[in-house]
Amino acid sequence: MHGATWVEQAFNLACGLLLLTAVGALWRRETSALIPILTVQGGALTAIAVMLAAGHPDGGQAVLVAVVVGLLKVVIIPLLLRRVHRLVRNARETRPLVNVATSLLAAAGLCLLAYAAARPLVAVAESPTARATPVGLSLVLIGFFLAATRHRAISQIVGLLLIDNGIAATAFLATDGVPLIVELGVCADLVLAVLVLQVLTARMVHTFGDGDLDDLRELHD
Amino acid sequence: MNLALLDPVAGPVAGALLGPVAAPVAGALLAAVLPRRVAAWTSLLAAASVLAAGIALAAHTGQGATITAGLLRADALTAWLVVAVGAVATVACWAGVHHLADRARHGDLTPAAARRYLVLVQAFLACMTVAVMAANVGLFWVAVEATTVVTAFLVGHQRTRASVEAAWKYVVLCSIGVGIALLGTICVYAAAIAAGPAPLGGLEALNWSYLNQHAAQLDPGLMRLAAGLILLGFGAKAGLVPMHAWLPDAHSQAPAPVSALMSGVLLSVAFYGILRYKSVIDAALGPTYVRTLLLVAGLGSLALAALLLIGQRDYKRLLAYSSIEHMGLIALGTAIGGRLAIAAVLLHILGHGLAKAVAFCGAGHILHQVGSPLITHVHGALARTPATAGLFGLAVVALLGLPPFALFASEITLARAGFAAGMGAVVAAAFLLVLVAFAAIARRAAGMLLTPSPTSPSAPAEHPGPRPGLRWLPLALGLVAAAGLGIWLGPLQPLLDSAALIAAEGIR
Repeated sequence: MHGATWVEQAFNLACGLLLLTAVGALWRRETSALIPILTVQGGALTAIAVMLAAGHPDGGQAVLVAVVVGLLKVVIIPLLLRRVHRLVRNARETRPLVNVATSLLAAAGLCLLAYAAARPLVAVAESPTARATPVGLSLVLIGFFLAATRHRAISQIVGLLLIDNGIAATAFLATDGVPLIVELGVCADLVLAVLVLQVLTARMVHTFGDGDLDDLRELHD
Repeated sequence: MNLALLDPVAGPVAGALLGPVAAPVAGALLAAVLPRRVAAWTSLLAAASVLAAGIALAAHTGQGATITAGLLRADALTAWLVVAVGAVATVACWAGVHHLADRARHGDLTPAAARRYLVLVQAFLACMTVAVMAANVGLFWVAVEATTVVTAFLVGHQRTRASVEAAWKYVVLCSIGVGIALLGTICVYAAAIAAGPAPLGGLEALNWSYLNQHAAQLDPGLMRLAAGLILLGFGAKAGLVPMHAWLPDAHSQAPAPVSALMSGVLLSVAFYGILRYKSVIDAALGPTYVRTLLLVAGLGSLALAALLLIGQRDYKRLLAYSSIEHMGLIALGTAIGGRLAIAAVLLHILGHGLAKAVAFCGAGHILHQVGSPLITHVHGALARTPATAGLFGLAVVALLGLPPFALFASEITLARAGFAAGMGAVVAAAFLLVLVAFAAIARRAAGMLLTPSPTSPSAPAEHPGPRPGLRWLPLALGLVAAAGLGIWLGPLQPLLDSAALIAAEGIR
């Protein structure tokens, strides 16, 4: 009995951390601060995966999924992001499209929207963890918002990663995680996409002189 | 336990399933080690092998049979798409041989760049064939996202400002778009496991055949959410409004043979996902929901393409917007639904793929010769290089939907099916937009091909033309195929009928 409440509390803490780090990514303007925030978020996601694997009837695959997710989100992705950051040192979101205070209000609105959108998922899934699914969708929506309103290349990559963390969280909370082969494929695609974006950031810095996406205005109709 | 996923039919039949994937994988490995010239011709061989493997699959599945082995699965619809990928790839890889030779002669191609190009093109082909042959919606998603990753450096190969910008927008927008589709896939998965445990575990619950067979038990509320996400997500990759913004940039900046593959088949491969999902969603929700969404996306794409084609100044962007127009027609045909309309859609996919591949490769030759992507800088191309410019012109004629090409037959069938389904007003509106696009494209193309050259000082200097050689041959073959399909389907007719039945009514 006592053990169950402890696990429950840890689970709630991890879900809270997911949401808190997403809002934190909107709040901090220094792009260097985004990397530890994302690492903590990856850790929280891994914790959720581990707790689900512990309670899973067919544990072997679920443990492997948790290990892969942990490696990817806590080690590999932060490593790649640090390499991107080295290209554009001291980058700050000096003038985000929407200022920070408004962004935080928007995040609150997006969370409400996520609760509304997640209703069918919560209604269908049987597991008690499914009630936390809106947290995953909130991450996805906040990720969209970040990617759409920021000027720095690294901010857009972080937005993309927030969306991906949100999708992964939704999958864990609503379905106990997708099958192992699919999860492996998704992870491989994510690493490659971030690698590609890292190389493209390097080329952008090389051809444009910095990682400001406002310079992308050659192509239009 | 997983052995039950394997098909009892082993041997040569299961081998037919591996062919379309193995050929480009082998092509990629060979391209990594062989010298440039040999590797380029090898890539053509690999592409032709995909076409041959597609025809072999068609022979096995044309009468409605299904082959499965592990994670791969093929029925008539798969075979049709593999044939389309193989046919377009053959044109594009053949034109790619000349493209690389021209760039090497011009001196802007290092051996490393040539190798990277050839390896990535083959990897791109492998991803597309895996996508259409995936038994599993999860694997389909993984393969579609992988196409974005492997084509990113092909789009950004020139390292100019414009091409870096195009590649960045392409990767970010398509990854986000396809991410939305992953969320939709997870909703489908949640619905499938809530409907009852799959006998072979979670992986089976994501199989196309399992979803089709259990579609009626899927929760309607959740499927409504999933359908919206899936259409928006794969619609982004298929170039449909509202997530189309990356397409004209990426397709105009990529090397011509890569544009041919991206416009000609990649859009259709992404749309194939929507086609397969539609029968599942329709069985869960009834036909109106997806139909409405597809009508909005289709008409929106047609309207946007028509509008932006009118003032278009860049001929590769002209072709890119024409792709949005044709994807709009394909979405419209899918919205109409039923066997006749879906058969028209499938014929349109193949006919558009071939014609667009020839048009892009022809545009690549013109770009190489004139050195400018602007329509106003190209004059009298027909008089200067009759073979390639003439074939470019004929490909544009095919894209405009004139006989004898396949797009004429498919558009007429599509209109007939639309009126028969009582959607006359929508079809009339759509073809009005097609007519606007027709006028815009015809005017621009005629200007490029026929206007005599004024000796204006603003036009950039032209390259001394390389020997024309046989660079017209792949283009001519592509056009002959597109025209042949418009006149007589021959042995492909039963395949098209079976494929249309599967796409319209789901796997049974």
